[in-house]
Amino acid sequence: MSGLSRRQFLAAGGGAALAAAMAGCGSPVVTSFTGGQPRTADVIYWHLFGGGDGKNMTKMVKKYEQTSGRSVEATLLSWGNPYYTKLSLSASSGRPPDVAISHLSRLPLLAQAGLLDPVADQFSAQGITPDKFTPAAWEKATVDGTPYAVPLDTHPFVLFYNTALAEKAGLLDATGENLKPMNNSDDFVAALQALKDANGSKYAAVASITADPSTCWRFFMMIYSGLAGPIVSQGGTEVTIDRSAMEHTFAFMQSLTQEKGLMPSNATSTTTTTLFSQGGVGFLFDGEWQIPTYRDVKSLDFNVVPFPALLGPKPVAYADSHSLVIPRSSRRSAERTDDAVRFIKGLLDESSIWADGGHVPAWLPVQQSQEFVNLKPQSNYTQAAFNAVYDPPGWYTGAGSDFQTAMGSVIASVLTGGTDPASGVDAMTASLQTFSTARPPV
Amino acid sequence: MTATAIPTSATGVDVQVRPETARGAARGHNRAGWLFATPFLVLYVAFLIGPVLIGLVISLFNTTTVKSGVGSWVGLSNYAEVLSQKDFWASMWHSVLFTLLTTPLLVLLPLLFAILASRMARKQWFFRLAFFAPYVVPSSAVCLIFAFMYTPETGLITNAFSWVGLTAPDFFGSTSGAWFAVVLLTLWWTFGFNFILYTAAIQEMSEEIYEAAAIDGAGPWQQIRMITIPLLRPTMGLVLMLQVLASLKVFDQIYILLAGGPAYSTRPVIQYIYDTGFTAYRGGYAAAATMVYFVILVVISAVWFLARRRNNPAKV
Repeated sequence: MSGLSRRQFLAAGGGAALAAAMAGCGSPVVTSFTGGQPRTADVIYWHLFGGGDGKNMTKMVKKYEQTSGRSVEATLLSWGNPYYTKLSLSASSGRPPDVAISHLSRLPLLAQAGLLDPVADQFSAQGITPDKFTPAAWEKATVDGTPYAVPLDTHPFVLFYNTALAEKAGLLDATGENLKPMNNSDDFVAALQALKDANGSKYAAVASITADPSTCWRFFMMIYSGLAGPIVSQGGTEVTIDRSAMEHTFAFMQSLTQEKGLMPSNATSTTTTTLFSQGGVGFLFDGEWQIPTYRDVKSLDFNVVPFPALLGPKPVAYADSHSLVIPRSSRRSAERTDDAVRFIKGLLDESSIWADGGHVPAWLPVQQSQEFVNLKPQSNYTQAAFNAVYDPPGWYTGAGSDFQTAMGSVIASVLTGGTDPASGVDAMTASLQTFSTARPPV
Repeated sequence: MTATAIPTSATGVDVQVRPETARGAARGHNRAGWLFATPFLVLYVAFLIGPVLIGLVISLFNTTTVKSGVGSWVGLSNYAEVLSQKDFWASMWHSVLFTLLTTPLLVLLPLLFAILASRMARKQWFFRLAFFAPYVVPSSAVCLIFAFMYTPETGLITNAFSWVGLTAPDFFGSTSGAWFAVVLLTLWWTFGFNFILYTAAIQEMSEEIYEAAAIDGAGPWQQIRMITIPLLRPTMGLVLMLQVLASLKVFDQIYILLAGGPAYSTRPVIQYIYDTGFTAYRGGYAAAATMVYFVILVVISAVWFLARRRNNPAKV
């Protein structure tokens, strides 16, 4: 005992600990020091899906693992800004996951910063080629001429209607299931008025406005995009608002909540759900991902269709897409890249499971399959995926961004009557100045 | 077992000290002092001085968090943008407002309860524990629990309002409701720290003073007013200063509970820096905002220091 000094004892202990840690070279402890990627599975996959989408994604990953025999470690991170912060920091520090989900609206910055591997030869070897995707989604996955993402779905902003109330208002056609065609805003307003009169309800339609800037933004973008092009261009550095189109859009939206009193101007997401599920309104304006919310409501019979053309000549759908990307990493082996590509292909093939959450698969072999064509109401609005308008490309735009919050706040104040249409245009222009003049990170 | 080890390790210092002069001894002590301080200094330089210097440098560049390197030189334009940015000043005001709302409560209420607890004849440990326990709960857990209680329609606190015939504010949807929510949470959560400082100061007070006062006929209220509170004055000064600095640094509870919402109306300046630096990837700009915030804190501390020196010149 006396032969062993404290120093020797500590040195021996430290050495033993180090040896134990080094033993597994791929263990997370070691890789956290060496900067490598932990080898805990064949594919490391990050996504942002909770709730029903999360369950469907887990099912798809499990199924892929069973059929391919490869292991996948899927990590769920919190939705929106925190997710994109983590994804971009992991990629810029050289230790990203092998496969990650990205909204297509969030793609431009990730691609321009050089954080993603382009969709190239290994993909076409697996049969992942541009002609097998919804064109609008593939186009949005292409940044400066190079495709960077594989679209998984399109999720448009759509029109939900209560079948019983629509029938009472005489809005249904001979099938007793579908709405009679509407061709412009006059038809649309007439339908809303008929709903309100026939059912003697306070309102005809509802959309979540209070504390829900993203929904306000989607509602606005759909109508405005029927009249004019993107509100910013040149990667977000130039404001290209069409003043008269925007004023026209604001005036139409405000007339629904104010003069005509067809919609409540202060509905939160909770009151929206309550009103539509209890038959307080006939129409609901929301994203198709809300279908699971209403599917299990007893005594509610509803259908979902794309919006008709409102102010513009043709129907336009505001949409976004979830896509699969391979973040760039100099340390990833060719074998791991192959595994990542096969996993992406596997998820595309399983995307009929994904459609259960309301989304339109972007992968045409699934979208055109009989299984999906029979899936109602999802297949009603397949066309919306083809008419999709996304967020304008820019480093600050995209799902859950500060940009959507800022724009949505202006739109909400127009809808609540606090701002008149002309001042709304001024407010939006002023707000866009802040974004467009800030120095871009890429 | 360590008898053989100690002399060898200390030789370097001991042997040299003895034959040398007093000055040499001082130098030896000095060297040993620096040696003992080394682990701290290394960490201090690596994690405080270093990052501050890096921040100062990148605040002059268009550094982004999505690319390596410092980016292009932009001079003072980041600072110009910060100073002219309404969002920055709004978030700065939110941090100040939070400080104004919480500091009086967190300085006075713990004082009151520390005095009351100290006058309990029995089971004082229970009250000390009860008041201090929340302080050790991590912020994320506190926020989750309070988010449950603030839930509209079903939450405990929402319902508690209706028990007394009031309508609960919209804790997440309205600005005033959100401030109420976050101030109440902070009060419950950080109450214990100031409470312990006061309790420690009360325990330091000599029993004899109270005994003498009692003999002179002072009742409990007079004892509190004439003895306890005057003797607690230095502690109150300390608590006030610590609380102002802690409140100005608020981030956790507002970020986790409200994410700065609704519509950024409660976003504190630290979240603004986080949002621009990490979410919007503008590292250089966020570094400039941090420097501006740092200067503001230094100015507040300096004003505080000067004010105290004027009031209390002997004790600086």
